[in-house]
Amino acid sequence: MNLLLAFTSLQNGLMQFPTDIQTILSLVFYLVFILFIFYGQRIQMYVMIREVEGSLYRLKYIKDEGRKTAVETIKEIGKPQTDPTARVDRFLEYFTIAPQNLDPAGIVWKLEHILDIRDDRLKDEVKLMAPAANETQTNNLENTLEAAMALNYIYKIIRHFYLLGKKTLSLYVIMQLQMILPLIMREAEAYASALKAFAYGQPIGDGAGALVAAKLMHGHEIRKLPKDCVGATVQIEGRTAFVIKAEGPGGNVGKPGDAIKTVIDENGGKINMVIMIDAAMKLEGEGVGEVAEGVGAAIGGPGVDQFKIEDSILEYHIPINAVIIKEDIGDAVSPMRKEIYESVDKAIERMKQLILERTKEGDKVIIAGIGNTIGVAQ
Amino acid sequence: MSKNSATNATTKVSPFVLLIIILTLVLSLTALIIALSTFESNVIAAGWLTLIGALGVVISTYVLLQARRRTQEKIATPPTLTTVECTKCGFKNVREFQRGDYIFKEAEKCEKCGNPTQIAAIYREVKEGHKERYRF
Repeated sequence: MNLLLAFTSLQNGLMQFPTDIQTILSLVFYLVFILFIFYGQRIQMYVMIREVEGSLYRLKYIKDEGRKTAVETIKEIGKPQTDPTARVDRFLEYFTIAPQNLDPAGIVWKLEHILDIRDDRLKDEVKLMAPAANETQTNNLENTLEAAMALNYIYKIIRHFYLLGKKTLSLYVIMQLQMILPLIMREAEAYASALKAFAYGQPIGDGAGALVAAKLMHGHEIRKLPKDCVGATVQIEGRTAFVIKAEGPGGNVGKPGDAIKTVIDENGGKINMVIMIDAAMKLEGEGVGEVAEGVGAAIGGPGVDQFKIEDSILEYHIPINAVIIKEDIGDAVSPMRKEIYESVDKAIERMKQLILERTKEGDKVIIAGIGNTIGVAQ
Repeated sequence: MSKNSATNATTKVSPFVLLIIILTLVLSLTALIIALSTFESNVIAAGWLTLIGALGVVISTYVLLQARRRTQEKIATPPTLTTVECTKCGFKNVREFQRGDYIFKEAEKCEKCGNPTQIAAIYREVKEGHKERYRF
């Protein structure tokens, strides 16, 4: 009742002094107009800074969760004698310096050497942190820590530019950051969901290629190939297929470049075709798990293995074909989606069709399933 | 999997800020109500009050939603399923993923024939909510 009375009196007041109110409101309008003329850009910048701040809060939370998951998993699996938190924090700050590229000749081998050192160093660190972990668990822990490391790095870079933009009050620094943030947040969310997958040893979307190879070689005699890869000789449609994948079920991508080169050399270059199967980045609008076919070495990463594969096939002029399973970054590093799992059989069918069309009976074919084989044995 | 999501308790909205937001919202709504009742007698005043009221409602709602969103931090992890298949009779059993599961791992004995089973698939099902439709 009182509120109604207040409304009525305010209404009466408004009607009694309409000219005064109009004058005040006009003045306010002009003030706001002038304010926006001189400080419009600054206001816009503050709005952007607030938006970036919101994303930074989320990134910080994701990064802290990553660190927590890594520490908890190490404690659970590795049964360390001392608290591993300090060592994990040191690990998260670990960096790798890429080789100098002023003279690019021979850079691939330099890069490979640096990556090998990095890999060995990370594995040693994980073994020290988790002495009770077996090889599979060590690989999974390494992957978990690498995901936490990526999240830590993303957070630090965004924080750096946010603070730099705030300090310098540069619209352009803040604007660039605000524009690119949605894509960065997508990547960070993907790594966040990858953490649990790595910690539990679940197959991830990137392992679709490895799963294709695993399905082909399962039940056949498995032999080890360099480095961290396995292979099996399988008869497919009257052709001899040398199936290759990274050794599972621990988180591992192996070195398919070395494995393919070994098989080619063992057969004296008498290989009629190489088929590579891998998960590939889908474009917006394309369906998850769509299968496509093409030519070339279907393999991601820093490029060392792609270089080696291309080098090996060039030596003997071996045709190379690729079958890809499409997925986005989020699907690639998080637990494998049902659609991707189902597309594995479609990829096998496409590959068989390719073998029938492009080779003759009695020919020799290399089939390489590329990707992280976490949660996929052979 | 023991926990599917985690919430963050570190970034709560202060009660003082919340009070200011709610006060602005109430005042803005009051301005809108007054604007409605003044509309016939004083159009100009009603117009200004509508403008101020609407602006106040939009700004306070935006700030409230932003603050609320920040407090609801969580990483969603959908449940992962494991399909166990009998190597003899082909009987399939779908259960929740357990730590240590991997594809081709030997699992528990078949419920139907008692023969050994193995893990045939591990995947997560994504329930697509409202899917935006594009013309292209």
